[in-house]
Amino acid sequence: MTEAAQRAHMVTLHIYRGDQRGGVEVAYDVPVEPGQVVLDALEYVQEYMAPDLAVRWNCKAAHCGSCAAEVNGQPRLLCKTRVDAYGGADIHVRPLQTFPLIRDLVTDVSWNFDRARDLDPAFRPNEPPPFDLPQWEVDRVQEFHRCIECFLCQDVCHVLREHGGTDRYWGPQLMVRFAELELHPSDAGDRLDLLENEAGIGYCNITHCCSDVCPENIEITHDAIIPLKERVADRYHDPIGAWLRKLTRRPAASTGSGE
Amino acid sequence: MPYEVVHQDVLVIGAGGAGLRAAVAAAETGVQVGVVTKSLLGKAHTVMAEGGVAAAFGHMDGQDTWQVHFQDTMKSGHFLNNAHMVELLTREAPDRVLELEGWGALFDRTETGEILQRAFGAHSFRRLAHVGDRTGKELIRTLQNRAVHQGVAVYPEIIITRLFRDARRIAGALGYRRADGRFILFRTPTVIVATGGWGRLYSVTSNSWETTGDGANLAFSVGAELVDMEMVQFHPTGMLWPPGVRGLLVTEGVRGEGGLLYNADHERFMTRYDPERMELSTRDVVARAISSEVAAGRGTPHGGAWLDISHRGAPFILRKLPGMRDQFLQLADVDITRQPMEIAPTVHYMMGGVRVDPDTCATAVVGLYAAGEVAAGVHGANRLGGNSLADLLVFGRRAGLAAAAEVRDDPQLSEIAETEVQLAIAEALAPLGRTAGANPYAIQADLRRTMSQYAGLIRTGTGLTQGLERVRALQRQAVSLQVTGGPAFNPGWNLALDLQAMLVLAEAIFVSAIERTESRGAHFREDFPREDPAWGRFNLITTRGGEGGLRVRREPVVGAEPAAARTERPATASSGGPGRPGGSGGSGGSGGSGGSKEADQT
Ligand SMILES: Cc1cc2nc3c(=O)[nH]c(=O)nc-3n(C[C@H](O)[C@H](O)[C@H](O)COP(=O)(O)OP(=O)(O)OC[C@H]3O[C@@H](n4cnc5c(N)ncnc54)[C@H](O)[C@@H]3O)c2cc1C
Ligand code: SF4
Ligand code: SF4
Ligand code: FES
Repeated sequence: MTEAAQRAHMVTLHIYRGDQRGGVEVAYDVPVEPGQVVLDALEYVQEYMAPDLAVRWNCKAAHCGSCAAEVNGQPRLLCKTRVDAYGGADIHVRPLQTFPLIRDLVTDVSWNFDRARDLDPAFRPNEPPPFDLPQWEVDRVQEFHRCIECFLCQDVCHVLREHGGTDRYWGPQLMVRFAELELHPSDAGDRLDLLENEAGIGYCNITHCCSDVCPENIEITHDAIIPLKERVADRYHDPIGAWLRKLTRRPAASTGSGE
Repeated sequence: MPYEVVHQDVLVIGAGGAGLRAAVAAAETGVQVGVVTKSLLGKAHTVMAEGGVAAAFGHMDGQDTWQVHFQDTMKSGHFLNNAHMVELLTREAPDRVLELEGWGALFDRTETGEILQRAFGAHSFRRLAHVGDRTGKELIRTLQNRAVHQGVAVYPEIIITRLFRDARRIAGALGYRRADGRFILFRTPTVIVATGGWGRLYSVTSNSWETTGDGANLAFSVGAELVDMEMVQFHPTGMLWPPGVRGLLVTEGVRGEGGLLYNADHERFMTRYDPERMELSTRDVVARAISSEVAAGRGTPHGGAWLDISHRGAPFILRKLPGMRDQFLQLADVDITRQPMEIAPTVHYMMGGVRVDPDTCATAVVGLYAAGEVAAGVHGANRLGGNSLADLLVFGRRAGLAAAAEVRDDPQLSEIAETEVQLAIAEALAPLGRTAGANPYAIQADLRRTMSQYAGLIRTGTGLTQGLERVRALQRQAVSLQVTGGPAFNPGWNLALDLQAMLVLAEAIFVSAIERTESRGAHFREDFPREDPAWGRFNLITTRGGEGGLRVRREPVVGAEPAAARTERPATASSGGPGRPGGSGGSGGSGGSGGSKEADQT
């Protein structure tokens, strides 16, 4: 197809419009551009059809995690989801389901930030920097630092989404944050009690759905949750075995594949 | 109209690297600190920074010292930089980076376990501490967690539209919540503006939606001065195709790690422009080289150049530039481990901004500070890559400490008249109440085109004058903007308010660019293509003139002469000198912000 023909081509977006009092999907026809992402199409709608369409975005480069929503029922970053991936078929865009709606595609995700504040202690080094560390140990922790706080994993986790478990379980994103601190080679903080109780790690039953949607490809279940569960189990259920494992710890465990 | 009132010892506007570092520094002294941000916490523009943070540790090249970093920075800034600020930056950067690791950050490592440093354009040595190609995220996440755990109060998704002062000092700030449009008044003896740049004035930019320059306009409106406004940095390598990603940054790290530039004839054209430094020349030189190649008919299919890193091999690229690889694969269907990237210059950074005292970041207004991209002085006519993140840490901390000290010395709150608050609220709400008027999206699109056309990489006197006229016409239209919908999470309304700042700063860029009749660093005038040593002695200061128009005056560059000559110990305390830059400016009251043009209507 020529570029001009492609431009003449349209795609229909069904965008959820509404707030706490209710809402409906509204259809908008948007011209297709080469390489366009869903966020481009939404910006077109804002500029020419619905200037008050509420949607969050900042970087438009999959770096900031602001533009999380559901595209055809899948939790996605709007700035990373190509329109042509749907082959010209209609596209349905809705807000995240796990969190309370503010307006249109914008939800109130403050719960996640409140839990991050509760995650105490923060990093507590056992010695002041500089830390003499090999790259492989840095890599292990940096995997968790990739998190862009998009909360797509929180949206998809059935404990939070279907069972309204925000009072019991902090969800995969906060598990990533726990892992980042707990697995830091120079950290001396202790958060296992918090993890076992308030944060409710026991509610996770390793369905792997969170890892599947993570746009940063963080192996949330294998690299974060399972090692954390092991630590909790060691502390509360098998202290002697834990001590033995610690004596024989080796670099290979860094991939954290749950062994 | 009712509004909420909140008291704060130090109010930081902005939660990018500079704002968070300031908040952490102030909170450590025990004062009560609040941070407001337009977006959610952790989403500020800083999160996008990729390449690294410049700090002369000398881990890779033992000869590197802060003095060499100082020289590189001054040279790259064409000696318009404030030498004392550059000294502070280069001396303090290593400590600021290292302390981040004490708060949980982890930078990439050398074989021997030290912080690894990468090469970057126009740095004499490998100097940038980094985390793959997501250094900004490491920085912001570390500072965000540190701030939160120190008890800093965070006010996300609140947009400040007005600062208040009395005859003596700053008195507070008014903002609205994006979620419901309700207003909130912060009463505070000190305000730190850390709102970042104004890249969104241009149609092709690497910047996020927030970069509308609100803070520069807010500070300017109460009497702070602006400096070097003509200095707009174009990053040589922005994405070019497809259209939706136009302008998105391709990190300089690609060239730092060995990426090569080619024109359509597969020539390494940098041999013609800077045979010594080639791809790693300064940004102004590389950006203009690309645009010259395109003008000469040697551009790529969409009008840019090729950037190729594929010769480094897939394993290396996947390890060092994973974000870039994903970005091109997913958004442009290009696999950079096998194919070249098509790139073109993109508006990236504002060297100009609010004029501050080098040691304390104080502005001309008592109680008002500015730090980060919104402030000016460190980068002169052209910023070196990696120096912005260093700037945020060094001067964010200094601003935070100075504001906290001021609160302890002088905690007296200034009064804010109720009528002023009500007037400011009415002005902000006006676009929602109109039944007819200009569409903010249309004005914005026109403004961005105007800036790109007339105040771009290559400028002329006539073009600048035309651009200025166009901006003034847009300012007149923007007096009566109209938007649909209500105040709850309404991007159209948000834009209508953001435009007020954008239009003032656009004018400031034009008036300064017209004034500087030479070419220096990022500012290139086709009608004055040479650097003029006489001009090198002056910064351009923008203030408000008589009838709301802007006025530009020259002031001698601080410490330029000694810095150029000295290597051992550049710029002593005498060069910067304590105290407040400029005159007192504002005349009391809330001053006239961009929005005050609407005052007579409400
Ligand atoms: C893609 C990209 C890559 C970069 N890479 C590098 C790099 O590798 N190294 C380097 O040194 N530099 C880099 N830079 C430059 C650097 O990232 C920025 O200059 C720097 O992050 C600016 O930080 P800041 O703290 O001043 O402001 P920002 O990070 O822009 O934060 C501004 C804050 O102010 C808030 N704000 C603005 N207006 C208001 C208002 N009215 N009310 C309330 N809050 C408001 C915003 O919400 C935000 O929180 C890069 C820039 C880009 C775009
Ligand atoms: S693996 Fe655990 S955290 Fe992840 S989605 Fe399943 S239950 Fe939730
Ligand atoms: S872990 Fe992944 S999916 Fe979850 S918030 Fe972080 S980046 Fe998003
Ligand atoms: S806008 Fe930042 S992740 Fe999409």
